[in-house]
Amino acid sequence: MSAMLLGRVSPVRRFRNRLAIGMVWLSVATAAVPLAFLMVYLAQKGAGIVDWNFLTDDIPISSRLPGPGMGPAVLGTLLITGMATLVSVPLGVLAAVYLNEYGGNRRLAAVLRFLSDVMAGVPSIVMGLFIYTVYVLRYGLSGFAGALALGCLMLPIVIRSAETALKLVPDELREASAALGARTSRTILTVVIPAALPGIVSGALLAVARAAGETAPLLFTIGTVNAANPSLFDGANTALSAQIFGNARQPFEAAIDRAWGAALTLILLVFVLTAVARLVTRRFTVR
Amino acid sequence: MAVTTAPPAPPRPPALTSPGRAGLSDKAFRFLSLGCGLLVLVILGFITVAMTQKAWPAFSHDGLRFFTTSRWAPNVEVFGSLSFVYGTVVTAIVALVLAVPLSVGLALFLSDIAPRRLRRPVSSLVDLLAAVPSVVYGLWGVIVLAPWLAGVYERVSDITSPIPVLSSLFSGPSTGRGLFTAGIILALMVTPIITSITREVFDTVPVMAKEAAYALGSTRWEMIRAAVFPHSRAGMIGAVMLGVGRAMGETIAAALVIGSSPQITANLFGSGDSMAAVIANQFNEAGGLHRSALIALGVELFLLTILVNIVARVVIARGRVRA
Repeated sequence: MSAMLLGRVSPVRRFRNRLAIGMVWLSVATAAVPLAFLMVYLAQKGAGIVDWNFLTDDIPISSRLPGPGMGPAVLGTLLITGMATLVSVPLGVLAAVYLNEYGGNRRLAAVLRFLSDVMAGVPSIVMGLFIYTVYVLRYGLSGFAGALALGCLMLPIVIRSAETALKLVPDELREASAALGARTSRTILTVVIPAALPGIVSGALLAVARAAGETAPLLFTIGTVNAANPSLFDGANTALSAQIFGNARQPFEAAIDRAWGAALTLILLVFVLTAVARLVTRRFTVR
Repeated sequence: MAVTTAPPAPPRPPALTSPGRAGLSDKAFRFLSLGCGLLVLVILGFITVAMTQKAWPAFSHDGLRFFTTSRWAPNVEVFGSLSFVYGTVVTAIVALVLAVPLSVGLALFLSDIAPRRLRRPVSSLVDLLAAVPSVVYGLWGVIVLAPWLAGVYERVSDITSPIPVLSSLFSGPSTGRGLFTAGIILALMVTPIITSITREVFDTVPVMAKEAAYALGSTRWEMIRAAVFPHSRAGMIGAVMLGVGRAMGETIAAALVIGSSPQITANLFGSGDSMAAVIANQFNEAGGLHRSALIALGVELFLLTILVNIVARVVIARGRVRA
C-alpha cells in the first residue's frame, strides 16, 4: 500500500525519505561495527589465555613475568560483588516498598524518587572517593570497603527497578490480603513481594552485572594483592576489573595478555548475569 | 449414663485489631522501610559533607584559583583544575556529537522503522553495548583503537592543514591517545543510555498522530518529522543531558585513552585529561595536599554531574506531563 502511495510522491520527497531511512539503517550498522570488532578481538586474544589454571592460579609477583594467574581477582570479584549485593538489595527493596506501598503520591516519596534518580547519575569514581573518606581512612583497605562503594552504586538501580516491579502487582491482591485480616506489613511480606519477586530479581541481577564490571569504585578502596584473600574484612583484596586497569597500563606483553584474559572472564560473567536477568524478565512477562 | 461432654471450644479467631506486638511490628516495618528510603538522602548528604571536609585543605590553600586556573603541579603544591574541567567538557561534547545522531537513529529504528524480526536483535545490540564494562572499552581503546586511530588522525590532519579553523582542531602528529579518542569511546558508552530513553519517548507518540500524518500523504520521514520529533523534544533533550552526565563522570575508559596531560589545547587529536581520569590516575600515588586536591576535584565533579542530572530529570519529567 505504501509503495502505491509512494509512487505518487515527488522524486525529491521520495529521495529525502530514502536518504533518512538509509541514515537510520547506517546508524544501526555504525553501532554494531565497533562492538563486533571489540568482541572478536577479545574472543581471539582471550581464548588462548583463559583456562582452568588462569582462573585459579595466583597473580605473578612481577607483572613482567609471563604465565597465568587471575585466581585472586576472580575470587575477589565474586566476593566483593556478592557482599555489595547483600548490602544493597535488601535496603533497596525496602526503600522501594516505602516508595510504592507507603509513600504513594506524598511529597516525601516524590522527593526520594527524584533523589534516587539523581544518585544513579553520580559518577562511580565519586562513590569510591566517598567510601575512601568515610571508611577506608578509618578501617583501612579491604574487600568490604569495595563492596560498600559498589553497594552505593547499585542502590538507586535496585530501588527504581524494584519499585517498577512492585507497581505491577495488581491492587486486588493487596485488597484480598487485607480482607483476610492481614496487616499491611504482612500483606507486603507475604503477598506483594512474592508476587513482584521475578521483577525484583531481574532488576537486582542487572545491578549486579553493572557492579561486577565497575573499576572506579574499587581503585581506592580494596588495594591490590597477588595471592587470594578469602576474607572481606581483613586486608587488601583485588578484582578482575582492577587487574585489567592495572595491567593495561603496563608496557609488558605478559601483563597485557593477562589483561585480555581477565577482560574475557569478566565479560563472560557479566553476560551470564545479564542473560539470566533477561530470562527471568521474559518468564515474568509471559505469566 | 448421660455423658455431658462440653463441645470442644472452637479455636479463638486471632484478634484482628489487638494493639499488641503485631501492631507494633507493623509500625516497625513501616519505619524500617521509611528509613531505607531516607538512606538515599542520607548518602547524598554524607557524600557532600564528608568529601568537602577532606577537600577543605585544598580549597583553602588555593581558594578560587582552584577553579579558575589551569596549572596543576603537585610537586610545588599548585592546584588549578581548569584544564581538567576543559578536558571533561570537550570529551563530553565530542561524545555527544557522535552519539546523539547514532542514538536517535537507533531509537527511530527500534520504534518505527525496524522490520519486526530485526527489532529484538537490535535491541539486544543496544543492551550489549551497555553491558560491556568500561574497563574493557578502555583496554580495547588503548591497545587496539588508539594505534589505529593514530594513522587515521595523521591522514585527517594532512587533509585539514590548509583549512584555517579545522587545522588547529585536527592537527597531528598524534599518538592516538587524546581527547578525540576518549570522545569516541565515551560515545559508545553513552549511546545505550540516550537510545533507551529516547526510544521510550518515541514509543509514547500517539498512534493517531502518526496515522494522521500518513493520511495527509506523508512519507515515513515526513511523518517522523511531523509527528514523532515535535512530540518527543523534551524527552530527547533530557536523554541527551543524562548522556552528558554519564560522559562527564566516566572514569576508567577515559583514564586509559585520554593521554593524561594537563593542558588546554584546541587540538582535539592532542592529549588532555579529564577530572575523573586524573583522580583515577594520580590518587594512589598522591599524599597530603595533593590527595586533598584530588578529593576537591571529586567534589567539583560531583556537583557538576548532580547539576546536569537534576536539570535532565526536570526536563524529562516536564516532557512527560505534557505528553
